Amino acid sequence: MLKQTNYLTKVYGLPNGWTLPVYEREVRGYETAKRVLTTMAPADVVTEAKKANLRGRGGAGFPMGVKWSFMKPHPTKPAYLVINADEGEPGTHKDRTIMEENPHSVVEGCIIGCYAIGAHTAYIYVRDELHLSKERLWLAIHEAKAKGYLGKSPFGKAYPVEVVVHTGAGAYICGEETSLLNSLEGRRGEPRLKPPFPAQAGAFGCPTTVNNLETIAAVPTAFQIGCEEFSKLSAIHHLNDGGVRLFGVNGHVNRPGVFECAVGLTLRELIYDLGGGVSGGKALFCVIPGGSSTPLLRAEEVVHAPDEKSPLHAWHGKSVLDVPLGVDTFRNLGTMLGTCCATVLAEGTDPIAAFHNLMQFYRHESCGQCTPCREGSGWLFRIADKLMDGTCSMQELDSLHDIANNIMGNTICAFGEGTAMPALGFLKKFRKEFEAYVRGERSGKDARLTVAPLS
Amino acid sequence: MSDLLDTTGPFAIACARENPDFLGSFHTPLMPFALTPERDRELTEILTRYPTKMAACIPALHLCQDQLGWVSDEVITFVSTRLDLPPAHVKGVVTFYTLFNQHPVGKHQVWVCRTLPCALRGAGDVLHHCEKRLGIKPGETTSDGKITLRTAECLASCGTAPMIQVDKTYHENLTLPQVDAILDRLQKS
Ligand SMILES: Cc1cc2nc3c(=O)[nH]c(=O)nc-3n(C[C@H](O)[C@H](O)[C@H](O)COP(=O)(O)O)c2cc1C
Ligand code: SF4
Ligand code: FES
Repeated sequence: MLKQTNYLTKVYGLPNGWTLPVYEREVRGYETAKRVLTTMAPADVVTEAKKANLRGRGGAGFPMGVKWSFMKPHPTKPAYLVINADEGEPGTHKDRTIMEENPHSVVEGCIIGCYAIGAHTAYIYVRDELHLSKERLWLAIHEAKAKGYLGKSPFGKAYPVEVVVHTGAGAYICGEETSLLNSLEGRRGEPRLKPPFPAQAGAFGCPTTVNNLETIAAVPTAFQIGCEEFSKLSAIHHLNDGGVRLFGVNGHVNRPGVFECAVGLTLRELIYDLGGGVSGGKALFCVIPGGSSTPLLRAEEVVHAPDEKSPLHAWHGKSVLDVPLGVDTFRNLGTMLGTCCATVLAEGTDPIAAFHNLMQFYRHESCGQCTPCREGSGWLFRIADKLMDGTCSMQELDSLHDIANNIMGNTICAFGEGTAMPALGFLKKFRKEFEAYVRGERSGKDARLTVAPLS
Repeated sequence: MSDLLDTTGPFAIACARENPDFLGSFHTPLMPFALTPERDRELTEILTRYPTKMAACIPALHLCQDQLGWVSDEVITFVSTRLDLPPAHVKGVVTFYTLFNQHPVGKHQVWVCRTLPCALRGAGDVLHHCEKRLGIKPGETTSDGKITLRTAECLASCGTAPMIQVDKTYHENLTLPQVDAILDRLQKS
């Protein structure tokens, strides 16, 4: 269902659209935070938030309101809200647009979020490379503070809230929430064993909620129009997947970019209606639906869901491109919605070269704590390298399955699955191409990733 | 910390062959590192944002690197003293994160994003073009010390690919003539 909206993106592209006067004028900015803080009790805010069916926008799709409800006041320790703006998942480019173009929605979301979970400080963890994003967030914080929306008594309510921008130093793994917390504390960004979960012992050992930046930026909109109304904007509200979100499309499309739509958009609409179709008028080859860790879908795949209880049953026999992009729908397709930014590959692209490129990424980014992930990611890459060189044997090709399967479920954090799942996806869906490389019928020398050379 | 370094091993001798002053530099007392007063005030302000001093470790290292261009042993000593942290902790942090330079780098750093979404839109051509123009490979610095070429993993700019980051600025939706113009400017700077 193609329904473009502009709750989050109304100020995008306006002159000084990132400043407070524009935010207040265009979307009645901060009126919602004021109403929530001055008229609602924190427990009611959480109850209301659950009705929004706002599934976390960071990749895992956990319901935001439910996550907030895990926060229990601690007798001695403070609580923290931590916003994940590490945006490092290959193919993901949405959070950055919010920070650059609509930073006040983040600050307003932080005020409501802190109040709901009993925190007085929100840390926004931004990857260091995003200098403009950090600048705009700080500007928004200072503007809000000058107006008394942040600080000792926001909107006159005796509930202090501070928002702080914190930065990393270049490590994809710091997007994983416990690694991010270690990094925030000034340590190496190595993921922690769970439990304890952040709600019990998060930042500085205190109860903490980690929300993705887009998740928190959507909070003011949800409360402004009413959380239930917000949820109903979605075409798959009945699957508890509500609201509007940012959809990204990149790779081989004519108009790559970020678009705000109601949840329930399909890949076909994203690629052809919003993305302007496949580059060079080529046929669609395959799509990585939501960041490189989500297993790819081939263009000709058809939904198989004869079981009436399956959330996909309504699309049984139809193209996967016509399934609404949702957390549960995509999980049932054997992939994941992830960050909802799709990478498009046109006919003629070499899948083995794409595999090689991604395995290089995972090899580089593994933090090295767990043996299966550290060694496995290196091994996957070395075999990918041999494939490209034409020196890979059939046994080595088969061993890729074992290596990937040995990572799954044997690691501290989900980076392991994030490496193994896409690898297995490529192996399953391009077995013929992999074998052609082993037999020497194709090689990395003529592998192409681009539709046309750059000029 | 330099007295901990072995100045007689094969590595030191190889370095001394390249640069006759190398061994001498260990016998002259090293300049301790300190932040400029302005940056030091900034660090003091940063410390107020967190419940622990340790949390200021990464921001402090960024401030030092902004000033010096890289993280030297003296920087590690400075940060560990300033934040009451063991030097080994600070060193551990420095070695974990790719953005901390453990060696001096060129005046400008050019990062070419190489990950799949950029590669699909021509990042490979951008990288080859930079290598050819500068006569260096990723990880190397031009002989005039002006430009260090590096590859980056996805920089959250896939919708405006191909892209490069030059120091703190993103350049997006690039064509090869635009890459040329950027490199021209850097070489003249
Ligand atoms: C390897 C790895 C990288 C991740 N990177 C990010 C990221 O860059 N941004 C993000 O918001 N979440 C990322 N996540 C997900 C977070 O761990 C966490 O689930 C999320 O921030 C929670 O926010 P949400 O519930 O609002 O989605 C990553 C997870 C893993 C395992
Ligand atoms: S799974 Fe990989 S990234 Fe995660 S903790 Fe283990 S080694 Fe580190
Ligand atoms: S792949 Fe280059 S910015 Fe994402």
